[in-house]
Amino acid sequence: MRTTLRILQYEWKDLLRGKWVAGYGIFFLVLTDLLLRFAGSGANVLISLTNVMLLFIPLAALIYGVLYLYQSREFVELLLAQPISRNSLYWGIYGGLSVPLTGAFLVGVALPLTWHGVWTSEALASALLVLGMGSLLTLLFIGLGFWLGFAFYEDRIKGFGFALIAWLVMAVLYDALVLLVIYVFGDYPLEKPVLAMSVLNPIDLARIVILLKFDISALMGYTGAVFSRFFGSAWGMVAALFCMGLWWSIPLWRGQRIFTKRDF
Amino acid sequence: MRNASLEAFLPQWLRPCYIVMICLAPLILWSPRLVADQLIVDKAGGSDTYATIKEALQQATDGDHLFIRSGHYLEHNLQVNKSIVIEGEDGAIVDGDHQGYVMVVHADSVTINNLEIHNSKVSYVEDYAGLLFEEVKGGKVTNSRFKGNFFGIYLAKSEGVTIANNELHSKFKRESGAGNGIHLWYCKDIHVHNNRVFGHRDGIYFEFVESSLITENYSENNMRYGLHFMFSDSCAYRNNTFRDNGAGVAVMYTQHVVMEDNTFIHNWGTASYGLLLKEIKYSKVRNNRFEQNTIGLYTEASTDVEITHNEFVENGWAAKVQANSVDNNFKENNFIGNTFDVATNSRQNYNQFDGNYWSHYNGYDLDQDGVGDVPYRPVTLFSYLVQRHSVAIILLRSMLVDLLNAAERVMPVLTPETLVDSKPKMKQIK
Repeated sequence: MRTTLRILQYEWKDLLRGKWVAGYGIFFLVLTDLLLRFAGSGANVLISLTNVMLLFIPLAALIYGVLYLYQSREFVELLLAQPISRNSLYWGIYGGLSVPLTGAFLVGVALPLTWHGVWTSEALASALLVLGMGSLLTLLFIGLGFWLGFAFYEDRIKGFGFALIAWLVMAVLYDALVLLVIYVFGDYPLEKPVLAMSVLNPIDLARIVILLKFDISALMGYTGAVFSRFFGSAWGMVAALFCMGLWWSIPLWRGQRIFTKRDF
Repeated sequence: MRNASLEAFLPQWLRPCYIVMICLAPLILWSPRLVADQLIVDKAGGSDTYATIKEALQQATDGDHLFIRSGHYLEHNLQVNKSIVIEGEDGAIVDGDHQGYVMVVHADSVTINNLEIHNSKVSYVEDYAGLLFEEVKGGKVTNSRFKGNFFGIYLAKSEGVTIANNELHSKFKRESGAGNGIHLWYCKDIHVHNNRVFGHRDGIYFEFVESSLITENYSENNMRYGLHFMFSDSCAYRNNTFRDNGAGVAVMYTQHVVMEDNTFIHNWGTASYGLLLKEIKYSKVRNNRFEQNTIGLYTEASTDVEITHNEFVENGWAAKVQANSVDNNFKENNFIGNTFDVATNSRQNYNQFDGNYWSHYNGYDLDQDGVGDVPYRPVTLFSYLVQRHSVAIILLRSMLVDLLNAAERVMPVLTPETLVDSKPKMKQIK
């Protein structure tokens, strides 16, 4: 555990020196501030922020996760020569990347919200939800990036390409599949199958949970009512968190398996 | 000669009056009932007063003034058969105690002012009301308060009645066991002005009413409609506010209705709309404000409705125009920040959209004449898909949806080709 933390600390310093993380944080800071200045009320800003967040966080986290592995290959190989367990090293690297990235996002969004006084207002719960979902997505997609990065450790182009494809599938193509199902089976009651499908994709899941929070459920008619009831119930929340958990743990676990068994 | 001498005592300018007085004196003396009696109802008793309203009503003759002193009168089924004025002192409460109607007016030109009427009976069979006007001509209900009644003010087959400055509150558990606030049935020339209605089934209800006016009323938190309006030709409603009602406002099966300067706000729910127009013809919807409704304006089977200078702000759907609506004209409205601007359920379109301002419009204006050079298509592919398959709404704010909308906008395949605003305004219309 101590070694993990020590490695995490080194990583952290390395990242900060690279200034990428700072740039990532500043992006969210400027975006949130501009939205608050020009889009007006808290709810509108948080919805716009959600739009950007759902696109940008998975993309950034995936690509950064993959690229960071390739970039720090020498560092990893140097540490592997030391008497350190591979497990500690793996979690150290993961923590060293995901904690600063999540932190940058949280600080970048929270600071403008603070100085525009959104915390005190009724938008507090929704703001916390947006921050929470953003953090979950960051953690989850860095994990996915790690899996792809280690799976194609030698073939960087492939690793990078698969990361982009994974993003494209989850952000866009999956929704196209949902739409196709809706179109083809439109004559059947589809609320439950569609509900199941959207729980399976973390980006969709985050989007729908946030939309329901923002009172858009009224727009969604019967569908919205079904979804609201599902996510409002304890079972629904457990199922949603469980799926998010699966998406977080399976890629990380696969990545760790590859990393520990690998002959460097 | 005596007269002349009396006249001499009076100043010059009073002399004409004096002559008039002399002429009128016999008239006043000969008709004993030209000055109306005042009947006073006082629960506490006292000389020349009646202890109950019922007694006083039995004694009253046409033209009398019935004054009810402050107090809680537990009386129901009070029949008003004479053309009288009924007025309450502040704090005068007539309480029906859930026994039946509280007061029923059968006489013409009855005025009821500053009275408080409580608790008519709730029934599934009969429409018990706090105050019922039945087959009368003329009359007024003003400055009165109605609480806990099944129906508040009920006008049946009446003409020329004014209902003004009243306040009606009720609380119900279920829609089926709830009554309307101001209920008009087979009426003519009625003016409903500046009333406030809360918590009834329908705030204001019009059925088979002609040539009547609804002005400056406020209708909030009613279970079903803020205003429910059917088979009522040639009526107008202006400057009313309808807020947070279960399903908004419904105007149905009517011709020649004028709807102006009203505010439809926050009618938000899975089946709510600001204004529902069903089978409306030759009517006008002008200068209204639709704000934060699930559906701002919903038209079904309506024709020749002129929809001009309205504000549609932050609604889910600003306007849902069903394909059976024909020849409606949307002109110079502002559509600002709505999730969907217009939705329809067909590729065919027989309505006009012209010169509106759309906040989603992103065209340009090279010749600087304030009109965009690129036409605007308010129906997006996504809104079409949602109309066809309501489950598709689950993809709201997905990136795929933005991509599809952009593609469809360039080359319409599924959305109605003729539903286009070819002269979209660049700036909000004042």
